[in-house]
Amino acid sequence: MINIQYARANDVTDAVRQIAADPAAKFIAGGTNLVDLMKEDVERPSRLIDISRLPLKTVEETKDGGVRIGALVPNSDLAWHPLIEQRYPLLSSAILAGASAQLRNMASTGGNLLQRTRCYYFYDTATPCNKREPGSGCSAIKGVNRMHAILGTSETCIATHPSDMCVALAAIDAKVHVTGPPGERTIAFADFHRVPGNTPEIDSNLHPNEIITAIELPPRGFAANYSYLKIRDRLSYAFALVSVAAALELEGDRIKDARLALGGVAHKPWRDPAAEAAQRGQIANQATFMRAADFLLRDAKGFEHNSFKIDLARRAIVRALTQAANGTPQSQSDKKIR
Amino acid sequence: MARTSTATQPPIAAPDKIPVALIVNGVKTQLNVAPWTTLLDALRDHLHLTGTKKGCDHGQCGACTVLVDGRRVNSCLTLAVMKDGAQVTTIEGLGKDGALHPLQQAFIDHDAFQCGYCTPGQICSAAGLIAEGKAKSADEIRELMSGNICRCAAYPNIVAAIQQTMAHHD
Repeated sequence: MINIQYARANDVTDAVRQIAADPAAKFIAGGTNLVDLMKEDVERPSRLIDISRLPLKTVEETKDGGVRIGALVPNSDLAWHPLIEQRYPLLSSAILAGASAQLRNMASTGGNLLQRTRCYYFYDTATPCNKREPGSGCSAIKGVNRMHAILGTSETCIATHPSDMCVALAAIDAKVHVTGPPGERTIAFADFHRVPGNTPEIDSNLHPNEIITAIELPPRGFAANYSYLKIRDRLSYAFALVSVAAALELEGDRIKDARLALGGVAHKPWRDPAAEAAQRGQIANQATFMRAADFLLRDAKGFEHNSFKIDLARRAIVRALTQAANGTPQSQSDKKIR
Repeated sequence: MARTSTATQPPIAAPDKIPVALIVNGVKTQLNVAPWTTLLDALRDHLHLTGTKKGCDHGQCGACTVLVDGRRVNSCLTLAVMKDGAQVTTIEGLGKDGALHPLQQAFIDHDAFQCGYCTPGQICSAAGLIAEGKAKSADEIRELMSGNICRCAAYPNIVAAIQQTMAHHD
């Protein structure tokens, strides 16, 4: 691995001060992605600022009936936290669909948002990649692009965001609390990640020198009617080809409100409020769900090896919404899709 | 993130080695390691505890699984400096007083390995799984053991060994 300096942050203010003092420094918390990328020579920080001991490890109810999750809560603790299991089972399910038990024990909530793409070319320093080396070109557009994006792509990048947790957070309408040199601010989840455009090296709208301190969930968790359906090349411990976070609020057989977000298909969790609005007041049936899928995928564009994802996503959306409507969410241990 | 990973940087002076105190298998241990030394390399190369295996070295195979403060982690993606003060349990520390740990015995009883390279990681991972208390059915064991790859495909026997141990654990 590369030569690095190491320092611990004493508190959030100290962390921000330390990162602002060194433009090539990076925060490290769980390290599951960063240490791997350093071994690959993709990330080359001058200094690691260890934030893992900061007191950002609690999950607590907010005054308005939501939940505030400290940025350093490990993924496994979050998935199995009683408040999350009971009130936000979609989030719990999505977390348990990702990575492995060991990685979930290590990975932090904030770090999960900042995971970098698993595009093979991003990892392979022998090939051009605009995300890794801006201006060098995209090897995936005409290369092996089976796992790549079908929505929101640009001529410079077709990478996907790899997180499962973030797909559920997008559907739930979470907020991201951050602190930077000017102070604190809050970012709506839909505005946190971005599409690649002409600057694919920038994954998110987190500013340089900002630190994520917490994720806040609104009161509504859609605990009665939800499903997280993840389709991948093996039954466990693989990144999504397509994943769907579906949540419904039903009144009889009619849809009062719907949430729908896709993973594995774009540079960010893909959500379109219009595809949700189109379901409101409709009967919760296959025809309604197919219309929602068509609407959400209306701008989907495949590449040589991943056009299959468009149909796969359409069917996965219908299946996940059906599971949600029936109150039979996808199990993350029994992998049979019903 | 706006920080580009490939910006040209001036050479960085090699940092001093950093003292790290670990309690490894119940023994207080003091190490001096570089900041980039993983817990896996600290265990194998500094402490000569070679039971923990280096498989992929990228968190994809689980051969390096150890328990840190009772929780299973991939030691290959863990920086030793970040675990100052932690309790680490490796395959060498699971058995007590010269006796095999029940999981070790169960792996023998069920022929739960062939080449054995993944086995220390499998057993440490299974110990973590039992401590978590979330897996009950065979499906749940399989899912929560998916971070441990066995290239010999001894999976059915591994699940059976874990089930045997869990039955005695209850």
